Order: sequence, then C-alpha cells, then structure tokens
Amino acid sequence: MASGEWRVASDWSRYLIGWWMFASSTMFDAQTEAFTRRQFLGGSLTLAAASMAVPAFLQRSALGLPQAGPGMTSIPGVPEERIIVVLQLSGGNDGLNTVIPLGQSAYYKARPSIAIAEAKALRLGGEAVGLHPAMTGFKELYDEGLLSIVQGVGYPNPNRSHFKSMDIWHTADTTATGDGWLGRYFDSECCGFGAGESGQAPGTGASRDIKALVQPGIAIGRDAPLAMRGRKVQPIAFESADLFRWTGSLEDKTLASYYEALTKADAGAAGEVVGDANSAFLGRTALDAQVSSDLIRKAVAAKPRMTYPGGPLAQQLQMVASMIHANLRTRVYYVSLGGFDTHAGQGGENGRHAQLVGQFSSAIGAFYKDLKAQGNDARVLTMVFSEFGRRVGQNGSAGTDHGTAAPMFLIGPMVKPGAANGHPSLKDLDDGDLRFTVDFRSVYASVLSGWMKADADAILEGRYQPAPVLKKV
Amino acid sequence: MFNRSQGKLESRQAGSVSPGGAGQVAPAAPPLAGRRPPTPSLEPLAASEFTFDHARHLIWRAGFGGSPAQIQTLTRWGLDKSLDMLLNFEKVADEPVGPELFKADVIRPRTQDERDRQRRAARERDEDTLAEFRLKVQQREREDRDQMRRIQQWWLTRMVETPRPLQEKLVLFWHGHFATNYRTIEDSYHMFAQNRLFRQHAAGKFSELLRAIIRDPAMLAYLDNNDSRKAKPNENLAREIMELFALGAGNYTERDIKEGARALTGYTFRDDEFYFDKPNHDTGSKNILGSNGGIDGDGFVDAILRQPACATFITTKLYRFFAHDYPTGDKPFDAAAGRVIKDLADRFRADYDVEKLLRRLLSSRHFYDGRLRGEQIKSPVQLIVGAVRGLRVPPRDLGVLTDASDRMGQSIFFPPSVKGWDGGRSWINTSTMFVRQNLMVFLLTGRRPQGRDGLADRERFDVTSLLRELGDALPNAGTSASSKEQLDALCRFVLGTPEPTGRAVLDKFIADRGGALSEKNLGDALLLLTAMPEYQLC
Repeated sequence: MASGEWRVASDWSRYLIGWWMFASSTMFDAQTEAFTRRQFLGGSLTLAAASMAVPAFLQRSALGLPQAGPGMTSIPGVPEERIIVVLQLSGGNDGLNTVIPLGQSAYYKARPSIAIAEAKALRLGGEAVGLHPAMTGFKELYDEGLLSIVQGVGYPNPNRSHFKSMDIWHTADTTATGDGWLGRYFDSECCGFGAGESGQAPGTGASRDIKALVQPGIAIGRDAPLAMRGRKVQPIAFESADLFRWTGSLEDKTLASYYEALTKADAGAAGEVVGDANSAFLGRTALDAQVSSDLIRKAVAAKPRMTYPGGPLAQQLQMVASMIHANLRTRVYYVSLGGFDTHAGQGGENGRHAQLVGQFSSAIGAFYKDLKAQGNDARVLTMVFSEFGRRVGQNGSAGTDHGTAAPMFLIGPMVKPGAANGHPSLKDLDDGDLRFTVDFRSVYASVLSGWMKADADAILEGRYQPAPVLKKV
Repeated sequence: MFNRSQGKLESRQAGSVSPGGAGQVAPAAPPLAGRRPPTPSLEPLAASEFTFDHARHLIWRAGFGGSPAQIQTLTRWGLDKSLDMLLNFEKVADEPVGPELFKADVIRPRTQDERDRQRRAARERDEDTLAEFRLKVQQREREDRDQMRRIQQWWLTRMVETPRPLQEKLVLFWHGHFATNYRTIEDSYHMFAQNRLFRQHAAGKFSELLRAIIRDPAMLAYLDNNDSRKAKPNENLAREIMELFALGAGNYTERDIKEGARALTGYTFRDDEFYFDKPNHDTGSKNILGSNGGIDGDGFVDAILRQPACATFITTKLYRFFAHDYPTGDKPFDAAAGRVIKDLADRFRADYDVEKLLRRLLSSRHFYDGRLRGEQIKSPVQLIVGAVRGLRVPPRDLGVLTDASDRMGQSIFFPPSVKGWDGGRSWINTSTMFVRQNLMVFLLTGRRPQGRDGLADRERFDVTSLLRELGDALPNAGTSASSKEQLDALCRFVLGTPEPTGRAVLDKFIADRGGALSEKNLGDALLLLTAMPEYQLC
C-alpha cells in the first residue's frame, strides 16, 4: 500500500530483520565508488582500455566522480555535501511527556497518574521545560549544543486519524494529497539515480555529472515512505541492505555469476545502441541498480566503529552512519520507530512511553557520537517528528488519546540549541487540545532553504516563514 | 484461455495441431539506428502473416500475456477469431461482479438517532460519549481500509483468472484515465462501484461513460463536486474533465471551466447513490465551448463531445496504452503514429465506439509492425498478472503481490494523482528494478522479496506443464530439438525475441547445466530470463 494507507505504527520496526554487520570487514573509503563501476565491468581495465571496452556513459561517470572525501568544501568550515536524516515516530508521540512543562499546575492536574514529576525531569540549563528522565541521550546532546526543541508544532484544523495526519506531514499539504515533500525536493533538484542517472531520455549521457550521481533518498524500512516519493525520483527502500539486490542468487548461489554476466552484457549493449530503445534504457538501469546495491551492501557490511544501544532504531541509524561513512552520495535518509500510540497504560517516569523516548534519545546520541568520530557530524542534520501529539488530559485507561500540536527536534551542530519558542499554553486549549504555535511546514522550509539550500517555496508549494532553528550555515 | 480451466483444453489439442508459421523463428530485429519507421497502415494484417509472435504480441497488449498453449490457440484461431474472443467478451462467461460482493455500509451517513445523540453530547460537554463516537468512527475507518485491501486483492485475482482479459485490461485503462484515489475519498465501496462502472462501459461508448462519470459518487467526492454550491461553484470536476478526461490542455478556456462548473452544480450523491440536488443546481444561461442555454451536466458533456479535440484526445490515450508510448522523439516514427491516431480518431468521432476503434487498431499492420512489438514497458500490474497467467506459477500470497505492485509504483485504487500513472519509463529506476526482478524470484520460488526466509512460501513451481506446452506450441522446442532451438523457443515465449542481449550467457548456462533444457534447469533458467531487461518489455 502506499505507505500512507495502512501503515501500522510499529510495522517498520517489527519487521526489521537481523543484523549482518559482521559479515564482512572490508573497509570502504571515499575512493572506492569511483572505481566500482569499472571494477564491475572488469577491474583490470585501464582507463585507456576502458574507452574502447566500456560504454561511453559509464566511462564518463567514472571520470566524473569527485576525488575528494567528505571534507570537501569550498568555504572553510561549510560542508558541501549536506545530509538530512528524518526520524518518524509513528503512532503519535506524547509530546507533553517528552518535553515537560516545568512548574505548570495545569499539566499535573490534567495528568494525575502519568505526569513526570518536576524533580525527575532532566533540566536543560535555564529552560522552562525539561526532558523525560529516560532521555539522557538528548540531555547530553543539549549540553553539547546539538539539540534544538521546536515547541507546539502542528497545522490548522488538525486531523486525528493516524493515516490522514501522517499523510499531511508527508505531503506537507493539509488535504493530504500530492507527492511527498522530500520527493518534490528530489524532483526539483533533479538528482538521483532514479531519474538523473537512468530515467532520462536520450542525450542525457553527456550530462551524467557529479550532481546526477547524487543518489535518491534511502529509507530503512519495508516501504518507501510517502514523504520521499516524487514524480521523477523514487527512493530506495530496504529493511536490510542485504535484500537490496537480486534475490535469485540467494535462492541458488551458482546463479550469481550468470546474473552478473547478464548485467554486463546489457551494459555493453547499452553503450553501443545508437538511439534510445527501451531495452537499452532498462539495461542501463539494471547496471546502475547493481552498482548501487554493491555500494550500499559494502557500506553497511563495514566493521562497526562503535557500540550502539539495542533496539531497531539504533540498528537503522547505525546503517545510516555506515552509509554516510562510506560517502554514498545520498542526501536524505529516513528511519522510523513505531509504538507511540499509547492509549492505555503508557506509564510515567517508567513504562512503555519511557522506554520509547529513551530508545530514540539514546539511539540518536550514539549516532552523533559515531558521526563525530567519523568527522561527519557537521554534515548531518536530523529532524524528528510524529504525526500528532496527544490530548492534554489523560484518559480513563492511564493513557492518552490522539491530540494535536507536539514538539519537533532538530539535531546537529548547525542547529540553534535550546528550546527556542515557548511551550504552548496549557490553559488556552482548543477543546482539550494544545493550540499549535508553529506550522510544521515552516520547519520544513527552514530545513530545505537554510540547510539544503533548496527552493522551499517551490517545493512546499507555498510560502512558509522558515522557523529560526538553524545557525547561519 | 477463455474458460476457467485455463489452458487445459488447449493443452489436450495442442499436439495434434500444427499451426502455420508457428515453428518459424521471426528474423531478428535489425539494430535500431537507421531502422525504417513503422508502417502507418490500418489495413488488417493478412491471415497468413499471423504467427505465434503476433499472437503473443496481441495477448500481451490486449490482455496480460498467456501461456504457450494459450498463445498457440490464438495462432490457430487466426487474427479475426482471436479478436472476436477478446473484444466480444460479453459472450464469454465470467463470474458476475454484483453490487453485493462487498459491504456497502462500512462507511455510511450517521443515522438521525446518532446525530441527535452526538449533538446532545456536544452541548452537554459529555466527553465520554464524544470519545465513544470518535472511537466508532476510527473503527469504521479501519474496517473500511481492510475492505479496500480486500477489493484490491479481489481485482488483482480477477485479472489473473478472467477469461475476458481485454475487459479487465480496459478497466485498468479507465481506472488510470479517470484516476480516483481511495486515500482522498476514504470509502471503499465507492471505489468498488466505480470499478464496476468501468467494467460495464469497458469497450462501450466513451460518450456514455463520460455521462456516467459525472454521476459517479467516487468521482464526485474525489473532485469535490459534492461541495459545489450554486452560489459558489467548485471548478475542480469541470476543469479535470476538460483537461485530463476529454479534451486536453489548450482546447478550452478558463471561461468554459467556470461555466462548466455552473452546469455541474447540484450533481452530488447521497450515501452510495447519485443525487441531483435540484435547488442547488444553477439553471441560468451558460456559454460552454460554443454551446448556449441553460446547460446542465449532460449538456456540458454533449458540448465536450462535439469538440473535434475529444476524439483525438481519447484515441491518443488508447493508442499509448495499447500500441506505443508516444511521442518517441524519433520523427519518422512519430509521424507514422500521428497518422494512425488521426485515422482512428476521424472514425471514432462519429460514434465514440471504443470496441470498433480497438478492432481497427488491434488488427492493423501498424500494430504488428516490428517496431511496436516488444517496446512497451510492462506496468507493475501487467508484470504480476502476466507472470501468473503466462508462466503458470502458483498465485502465491496476494498481500505480497499488491505490496510489490505498490513498491513498483502502481497501487491499484491509489493512483498518484488525478492524472493517473505516467507509465512508460517512469516505472523504472534502480529501486523498482530490483523489486521487479525479486517479485519474479518470489513467484518462481516462493522467496519473499522482503523479509525473513521463515515466511517463504514453499509451494514448488512445477515446470512440467510449461515445458510440455512449450514443446507443443513451438515444435522446435521439444525434447528432440537442439539446445539452441530449445532456447530460441524459450526466449521467444518469455522475452519475445530469440536473440536477447544476454543470449550468450544463457547458452553458457544451458551448456553448464546438462546441455539441454529440462525440468531440472528450467526453473533456474527462468530466474535468469526474468531478470533480463527484455522481460520488462512486452
């Protein structure tokens, strides 16, 4: 189903399968990619020989790859290859028990058995809010100046259906129609293997430059989230990188060499065909897929650089860190954690919700430690959202029902740290719900224009004042 | 192929018939560069020219492919009878699709009692009762999504099993043309009712279908006509009818849209039925596309049908779906296709009869030209349905199939926008390429394209009947044939050409695996064949 339709909150994590990081210890560096295509077509070829044996478009792309690593910059201190990681908390995260409004009696009155005691909340300097006690990972990020909390994020006429509201966040459209906002970003940037590399009509061979080699977004999960689906560019989605490959050779290992030979035969033919038959186009795409698969699988099979906490989200983020370390040309990664639909027995300081917020906070903490050790932290902005928050008052089952506005988190050295805007009022409620103070699309606008240097108005199909959450970078 | 015991009849008779031309291998296609343009002729192909390869082309485009025995049967019947069986599908018995097949009232208007109680609860700030109502709504919505999933799987199954492949192919065409998305309307029964409507008018008159679509609850909800008011007409439906459903951009003015929207006011629905809300209909005088008067919805449709652009627009769309993606950027090719479209549209304009148009197109020399054959990228649905129908793999888990279809970019009942699916090359990218190949691995072996091996469907794919049918349909593929002839035949059937790009690799594979095609190596050979680029084409 379109990921928006029957997305069950915890599906992505539930189906996440085993881990294979010890399968190979091949280290992977920035230079590798430049040679992969040629290696794939016959590693012993010199470039001179390749000019005869390798189809022109492949040769050009091999030559066109940058030789510099991740530190490549034109302005000192400004990383050029910027990355955004989106973390989706599925099910509707209870914002009020994530970012605690300190000293507000209305909070304690509305939540007699699940509120977080003021003394237990993690204090953030002099901020008027604290963090859930399980979120020590985020507390550390805050102390290092890497955490920005945007409070009261929502949109007009909030929808309380998981599906509808999630689609609204994914499409950046309150009618929940159209392509995904990140998909539109890729479409407008016209990059990615999907279209720029293979999907273009005749004559694009010459334009296979570095930009065209930027890969489409990668989503870790069963389905490609609607947010990443564009018109021209579709994301790569896999639960396990080991499945981002032809599975026929898993069925019968001896078929692998024939499959590889077939892919090469197609690539050879693709270079020779003048004109633009569909079979040549398909051959090119098959080769691109194969190369892309090799890169990704090698990247995530690399030796772990550090220990991550347990849980599916940490595994996903470790994969992302490995792909960033391998310098894949992917600018958007998408991960998710489900289970936030806490209608009953959600707990307070301990319990189900505590376990969930603890999980994403420690996973992201480890992720940034890893990125820092790689020297890549300055390249990566992480954005955390959920489809809605929960009602202010707890319900009769010591849980909370679907609500409206909730905090978002932005993480990385490029954010303006702290809780920027005030907590939404607990007294001026809209039928028991928080009134939103920041439209989520102004956070998107900030990410798109401020960080990705893209045309946010065009992508969001509207004008949203970028939320002042990023440093000038 | 025209009864539920697919292919059994054909298999029994197959050995005794020696269809003309079926054994000969069509000459390999010359390289593309410098190739002649296709013939623009709409003259019917001569009976003697209709070979296995032509029959294969016909059943892939006018249906979802077929087994060797099915293709052989069409070859034996010849072009005329084959077209009769495909086009006059009412004469072929199939399971009826009655309105009772799915539940109509999962989503329904609130009853008077429910309305009263809810209003009272709101007035009295009775939070518990209101929460109860909200919960009930959520339960219904969940149940409706479940029903939508069942309807999806039901239709996919019908496409696989139907003895009327062209009817279902046309339902798929109209679904992409009058694209309506469940995600927006959130009423599975309305989606089902629209699907029935497309089936009813599949090869009928386009004019009648257009009149029916402005009364279709799913469409009225999707394009907001149920929210259109006399004082404030909503232009969405009028605009899309002109731009996407009947005329195409450039063939109307903004004023036509405004006036058209007035004509459509009052066209709404109640529960599951069309309802003409007379007090809300604007009876005033309008001027639409040169027609004047107190035009209503039907008058609006008539004004559109009188436009010469209408026949051209629909003919072009049908041509692209059945014959060739167009334009190609190759001028001589496009000129030939343009002439064919013009010739077809000129006659279509008189009666808007889809069946007649398709009969001309599907029998024409143009349609069977070598440059049109094997040049269409299969849609995800074609890929799935075609594999099950043609290779006779076990149907396997429908959930996995609809899921894979979605990941390949085509979720039926969930088209990406009112424009439908772009089709052609937009289906293909590095990610969907693996999904396509791995879907075939799943169908052939039961290995799930995503997820754990523990979930694998271990029902074996029995290649015996496929091998026998292949030997019967293409005599040179029998056990006495050389391995080269066997592989020629297999490639012709599976890939549509005896000389795919990777042919040498396949030759080596057969040489390494015993030197002849057999039950032992056919399964693995098919894994390789279906991973080849040519398999994505039909």
